[in-house]
Amino acid sequence: MHKLKEWDGEAVSEVLGFRGEITVVVPREHLKRIAEYLATEPSLRFSFLSDITPVDRFPIEPRFEVNYHLVSIDRRDRLRLKVKLAGNDPVIPSVTGVWPTANWHERESYDLFGIRFQGHPDLRRILMPDDWEGYPLRKDYPTEGYR
Amino acid sequence: MTTTVETPTGEAQTMVLNMGPQHPSTHGVLRVILELNGEIVVKAQPVIGYLHTGIEKSCEAKTYSQAITLTDRIDYLAPLSNNLGYCLAVEKLLGLEVPKRAQYIRVLLTELTRCASHLVWLGTHAIDLGAMSVFLYTFREREEILKIFEYLSGQRMMTSYFRVGGLALEPTPDWLERVRRVVDSLPGHIDEYEDLLTRNKIWLGRTQGVGIISGTDAIAMGCSGPMLRGSGVAYDVRKAFPYSSYDEFEFDVPTQAAGDCYARYQVRVAEIRESIKIVKQAMEKVPANGPFRAELPGIIPPSREEMKTSIEGLIYHFKIFTEGFAPPPGEVYQAIESPRGELGVFVASDGSAKPYRVKFRAPSFVNLQSLPNLAEGRLIADVVACIGTTDIVLGEVDR
Repeated sequence: MHKLKEWDGEAVSEVLGFRGEITVVVPREHLKRIAEYLATEPSLRFSFLSDITPVDRFPIEPRFEVNYHLVSIDRRDRLRLKVKLAGNDPVIPSVTGVWPTANWHERESYDLFGIRFQGHPDLRRILMPDDWEGYPLRKDYPTEGYR
Repeated sequence: MTTTVETPTGEAQTMVLNMGPQHPSTHGVLRVILELNGEIVVKAQPVIGYLHTGIEKSCEAKTYSQAITLTDRIDYLAPLSNNLGYCLAVEKLLGLEVPKRAQYIRVLLTELTRCASHLVWLGTHAIDLGAMSVFLYTFREREEILKIFEYLSGQRMMTSYFRVGGLALEPTPDWLERVRRVVDSLPGHIDEYEDLLTRNKIWLGRTQGVGIISGTDAIAMGCSGPMLRGSGVAYDVRKAFPYSSYDEFEFDVPTQAAGDCYARYQVRVAEIRESIKIVKQAMEKVPANGPFRAELPGIIPPSREEMKTSIEGLIYHFKIFTEGFAPPPGEVYQAIESPRGELGVFVASDGSAKPYRVKFRAPSFVNLQSLPNLAEGRLIADVVACIGTTDIVLGEVDR
């Protein structure tokens, strides 16, 4: 954590702690840089991206939060990166270049939340049918669906 | 073995073959679009979503306790692992400590789940590769494990036996006797399966050197569980981030360096043996009596007796089962080692009685993503072996 701040204080906008989990809030512009740093820095080695979880805070702005759950297998450590996105501009750089596993996670986030990942090699729906309208896990999408 | 199909003009010609979603070896409704050059797979593209039921969305409309029943249905071969992951996440949100007795019983039952799940995997994988008889044997043993679950929870598969704070019910008396009978006979049965497969020439031919993924690639693709350990990376959530008192148990994390289908087979078989070791230790540790649920008025339901005899108990009981309970706002991520790998449960609370967001990091979903890495450049028949050793459960892939 301190390492990250030392490296670039500007890249971290907030650090949260809850139940022993550390969350680092990161501005969208710096995400890719930080991702590369965390994955490759020899003293950190967050080489395993376990999950990408978006949360829709509708109607609060910034509406979307994208959580990246990282694991350092050698150091037995976990870290959560959080990026906040405005509802009218849910665009975020893709991290598939850093962690190839992000591919399907990002497709799922796109499919269910409508968050677009810039630089993703194949951004298509993954769980819902290709011609589906709307993004089911958004909070303004009714649980029973539109009917 | 390198064969290329060439047209009379000398150009390589590819053909697209659709495999699934209704195909016996896809274990459900997986569709794989294969681009073939003769019998060689040039490109494999998994298409999923045929079993998407919106479990994560449904969870948002249920109370914390109601959502437990949905977790059973994600990975229907390991319902107790899902129950555990979800309950631990909610308990973390509440900052709740579960009594040791419940923790040990949880460990014991999830390890039995791992055995049951690996037995299904072994049987179906063998049947995919043409070894019919193993299937019949593994399902026989699995049934014995399911009988234990039924004895404890009343259900063979959709157990919902773990609840927030502990267990649903006091374990039925003499249940440990039944567990003992199963774990005493299981090692002998595993020897039988190994006799049938481990040095079987056809089995070796179908699995050795097939579907290789290196440790570095497996990490990059997010593989976990036996997929990762079959590639030589000893990452096990039970060891790396112990939960539910796993740090009090002694067990090894089996790994194999080869990274092929045979390595993953060896890892899973060794894991069943390790699980039996853990079950035996847990049987020693479980106290015969004591609380099986934490006490926290207003959040954990009172005991049956208290509910029937005291007015406070009755009020709490009524409130918990109608309104639910409201954890403090916040978000947690809890990972456990399910039979298929790292099962992560992310729960966000906004301080109301229903989870604001629940996300399941399904190991099958992530492991399946590396199927193209395994299958490309191999024969069509090897695709079946690769899907098999990925050990996917479509309910979990699609959620």
